[in-house]
Amino acid sequence: MITFKIDGREFKAEKGQTILQVAKENGIDIPTLCHHEAIEPYGACRLCIVEISRDGRSRIVTSCLYPVEEGLEVKTSSPRVISNRKMILELLLARCSKNKVIKELASQMGIEQPSFKPEYLEDNDCIVCGLCVRTCEQVVGVSAISLVNRGITKEPASPFLESATACIGCGSCYYICPTGAIKMEDRGDTRIIYNWKVEFKLKKCKVCGNYWAPEKQLEYIRKKWGLPEEFFDICPTCK
Amino acid sequence: MLTKLNSRQDLEALREELVKKQQSNKPRIAICNGTACHPYGCVKVIEAFKSELVKRGLENKVSLKTTGCHGLCERGPIVLIEPGNIFYQQVKSEDVSEILDETIIKGNVIDRLLYTDPATGKKVVHQPAVPFYQKQERLILGNNIEIDPTAIEDYISIGGYSALAKALFEMAPEQIIEEVKHSGLRGRGGGGFPTGIKWESCRHAPGDIKYVIVNADEGDPGAYANEGLLSGNPHSVLEGLIIGAYAIGANQGYVYVRNEYPLALANMTVALSQALQLGLLGGNILGSGFDFNVCITRGGGAFVCGESTALMASLEGKVGEPRAKYVHTVEKGLWDRPSNLNNVETWSNVPIIINKGADWYRTLGTDGSKGTKIFSLVGKINNTGLVEVPMGITLREIIYDIGGGIKEGKKFKAVQTGGPSGGCLPESLLDLPVDFDELTKAGSMMGSGGMIVMDETTCMVDIAKYFLTFLEEESCGKCVPCREGIKRMRQILDDITEGKGDEEDIDLLERLSATLIDSSLCALGATAPNPVLTTIRYFKDEYEAHIKEKRCPAGVCKALIHYYIIEEKCPGCGLCVKACPQEAITFMGKKKPVVLDESKCIKCGACYDVCKLGAVGKE
Amino acid sequence: MDEKVTAIINKYNGDRGQLVSILQDIQAEYYYLPKESLIQVSEAMVIPASQVYNVATFFRAFSLEPRGKHLINVCLGTACHVRGAARVLEKIELSLGIKRGETTKDRKFTLETVNCMGCCAVGPAVKIDGEYFGQMSTDKVDHLFNQFE
Repeated sequence: MITFKIDGREFKAEKGQTILQVAKENGIDIPTLCHHEAIEPYGACRLCIVEISRDGRSRIVTSCLYPVEEGLEVKTSSPRVISNRKMILELLLARCSKNKVIKELASQMGIEQPSFKPEYLEDNDCIVCGLCVRTCEQVVGVSAISLVNRGITKEPASPFLESATACIGCGSCYYICPTGAIKMEDRGDTRIIYNWKVEFKLKKCKVCGNYWAPEKQLEYIRKKWGLPEEFFDICPTCK
Repeated sequence: MLTKLNSRQDLEALREELVKKQQSNKPRIAICNGTACHPYGCVKVIEAFKSELVKRGLENKVSLKTTGCHGLCERGPIVLIEPGNIFYQQVKSEDVSEILDETIIKGNVIDRLLYTDPATGKKVVHQPAVPFYQKQERLILGNNIEIDPTAIEDYISIGGYSALAKALFEMAPEQIIEEVKHSGLRGRGGGGFPTGIKWESCRHAPGDIKYVIVNADEGDPGAYANEGLLSGNPHSVLEGLIIGAYAIGANQGYVYVRNEYPLALANMTVALSQALQLGLLGGNILGSGFDFNVCITRGGGAFVCGESTALMASLEGKVGEPRAKYVHTVEKGLWDRPSNLNNVETWSNVPIIINKGADWYRTLGTDGSKGTKIFSLVGKINNTGLVEVPMGITLREIIYDIGGGIKEGKKFKAVQTGGPSGGCLPESLLDLPVDFDELTKAGSMMGSGGMIVMDETTCMVDIAKYFLTFLEEESCGKCVPCREGIKRMRQILDDITEGKGDEEDIDLLERLSATLIDSSLCALGATAPNPVLTTIRYFKDEYEAHIKEKRCPAGVCKALIHYYIIEEKCPGCGLCVKACPQEAITFMGKKKPVVLDESKCIKCGACYDVCKLGAVGKE
Repeated sequence: MDEKVTAIINKYNGDRGQLVSILQDIQAEYYYLPKESLIQVSEAMVIPASQVYNVATFFRAFSLEPRGKHLINVCLGTACHVRGAARVLEKIELSLGIKRGETTKDRKFTLETVNCMGCCAVGPAVKIDGEYFGQMSTDKVDHLFNQFE
C-alpha cells in the first residue's frame, strides 16, 4: 500500500492507481472532460491537473495519468492549479463559445467570457477529447473512426471523410461524448449518425413492434459471441 | 569487397593494411559533397575533377575523395589539397583544370581560390589558419574532411571501431556506463539530461528486450548540425550506438531520420550495410558473442516526432502523438519496453569517451557542461556554417571570431538558440558562456544546435510570430493548452504585427505562456512560450512601438511599412515597373523617376529587391 | 489488387511498425496516396482503415491529392526567414496563382514549404524536384520557373 496526501488528508492506495482514481473513490471532486473509467486515460483536456510536491519541488501533472507515489503531496485547488484550469477553460470557451457544457463548466469557475477578441471566437461543439474514437477502438472494437489531421484542424472523422464502413451504429460515441458534439437520430426504422455519414436499419421487436437497435450492431454482437440467429428478435424490455 | 571480420585481431589487421595504403605519397583532393554545398554546384565540380583526372591519365596517381561537410558552408564548394593542406573555396567546375595543372602537377597555389582574411586583407593558404576554424574544437566534425562517408574503410583507417573493440573486449557493460557517467556527457538533443544516468536507468529497467534509438529528427528550423554529422560521418554515430547497446543490454536499434534529409538517410543506409558486411553489426560482433541489429526509418514530416514518445509512436506505425512521461521511456518506451533514445551528436561522442577516457573528456568544457557542441551558425552572419566549439566559449567569440561578424556590416541585434523551444538573446548577453545551464538561466536553451544571428533589419515581434506560426502547424493537436493556446498567441501576435495590438496583449501573452508551460502535455507546448517571453523580456520596446505607435522599427511588418521611390536616385530604368505584380509603378520615361501608387501596392517588396541603385525606400 | 503496393508491403514484411515507410514508398511511386492503395494496405496488413487514414493525414510528407509534375519546396526555416524567405514565397504564390499546399490547374507545379533543408548558407533556398536554388530573391522567381517544362 502507498500512503500519500491529497489536500492535506492522508490516503492509502494500491500501487498502479492514479491520483484521480483515489480522489474519486474518496469523493474528492476533480473536473474532467476527456476521462471515462471504461477507457484508458488520455491526458488531452488537461482539466484534471493537480499540483504535486515532493522533496520541496512541485509541478503540475494530470491526475488521470499520474501514478500514486509514497509520500506524494497533492493539491487539487492550489492557486497555480486554479489559474491554469481557468485559462484552459477560457481556451475551450473560445473554441466552443456557444456550447452549453463548456459554458457551464467555465461559469462554475467564474468565467463568462474568454479574454480573446470576439471576432476570433469559434462555434464548435467538439473539443477533440478523443473519447468517441477511443471508445470505438477500446470498448466496441471496430475502430470505425479516428482523429485525423494534425494541430488546429485535428478532429474525429470517418476514413476519407466518407461513410464509415466499419461503423455498426451502436451509438457509443454519441453516448460518451461530453459536449454533445455527435449528432445521432433514430427516426422511425432508421438510425443516422451524421458525423460519420452513416445510416442503419433498426431491428423491430417481434413482440412489441418497437425499433430498438441497429441490425448491423446486433449482427456484430451475435457473430462475436456466437449467439443463435433469433437471439435478438425480441427486445430487452420484452424479454 | 568487404570480408567479414571475426575478431578484434581481424579488425586491427584490416586497419593496418588500410593505413599502409593511405601512406602513399599520392596527392589527395578532398571535395565537400555535403548537403549545404549542393546548391553551389559541388556535384558538377566533383564530376569535373573525375573527368579531368581521367583525361590526364591521373586517376590512379591522385586520390580523389568526396567527403561530408567541412564546416565553412558560406564558402562552398570547398576543396582541400594535400600535400600542403591547401584550402580552396568557392571552387567552380571551370577552375578544375587549373587546379590539376597548377596545384597538383606543378605544386603552385592559385591565389584567387584562396580565402581572404577580412581583418588583414591577406590570403590564407592552410585550413587551420582560416579564422573561422581557429577557435573551434572540431573533436567530432573534424573527421569529416578525412573520410568518404560511404566508405567504411576510410573510417576504419582513421581509428574507427577501435572504441567498439575496446568496449566489447576490455570493458564490462557497467564499466562503460560508469565511464560515460564520469565523462559528464549530457544529451545533445536539447534536454541536456546526463547520458550515463539515462543509460544506467535503462540497463536496470526490468525486461529482457530493450531498444536503443538514434534521434535524427532534427526539426528545429535553421539547425542542420545533426545533418552534417550524420551524412558526413555516419559510422561515428553507429559506433556509439553499438557501444551503448552493449552497455545497456539492447540487441535491436533504430535510426529515425528526418524525411527532409535524403543525403543523411542514404549515407546512413550505406553505412549500416557495410558495417553488417564487415561483421560490426549483426550476430556475434567481432566474435564477442554480442548480437545487435539496426533498422533505419524515416520520418513523415512532423516536427513533433523529435519528441521521444512521439518518435516511438511513429516507430510503431502510429501518428506522432506524445504521451505523458510520468513513467519514463527508459522503463516503458517503444512497444512498452525499456528504450534509450539519444540524439545523433550524443551517440557520436561515445567512441571518443571510450578511447580517450572520461578524464580526458572532462578537460573540455565547463563544470556543468563537458565536451564540445556543434552549432549551425546561420542567419545574418558572414561565415555561415557548422561550427564545433568547446562548451564555455562565449556567444561573442562564436559570432565575431568564428562567424566573422554580421553580414553586410549591419548591427547585431539578437542571437537565437534552441529553435522554437529557445529564446532570443540580446547584445547585452554576448559574453554569456555557451553552456546548458547558462543558456537556460538567460531564458533560452541549448537545443539541438541552431544558432541564428539577427541584425537591425530583423523585427523581434515578427520572429516571435514566426515561431508561433511554425509551432501552430507542428502541434500534434492532442492537448488543449498547446493546440488552442498557441493558436491564440499567434492570433495576438498577428494583430500586433498588423497594427491591431492592444495594451492588454502583452499581459495576455504572459498569462497564456504560464498555462502552456505548466499544463502542456509535452515539451513542444511547454517551451512554445520561450521565443515570446524572451523577446518581451529583452525587446519590449519593439512590442511597444508596434502596439502604441503602430510602427515597425526594423521595417519588416508589412502592414506597418510602406515603400516609396527616392526620386534623386531613380534613373527611370523601369526594372521595378516590370517586377511589380500589381502594376502599381508607372514608367515616366527615361531619366525621369518612376511613380509608385501606394493604393495599389501590396508591399511584396519586389521593387525593393530588384532595384540595385537603392532608389526604393522602405520605412 | 495493385501489385506495386503488394510489393512494397512485402518489402517491409508487412511490419506494422513500418507503416510510415510503406506509405512513403507508395507516395514515391504515385506522387500521392491514392485511396485504393490505402484501403489495400489496411486490408493486407489488417490495420483498421481509420488508422491508416489518420497516419496519412497526420504527416506532412503525404498528399491525398495528386501532385503536380514538379514539386517546389520553399524553405521557411528561421535562417531563410531572416533573409526574406516569406517574400520569396509570396512572389512564387503570386506568379503561379496558387497558395502553399496547392497545385496549379495545369498540374505542372505543386507548391509546398519546408522548415529547414540544411542549406542555410545559401538562404533563402528553394528546391524543385531535388535541385537546389540558393540566394533566392523576388526578382529571381520568374526566371526559375522557365527552366521547367
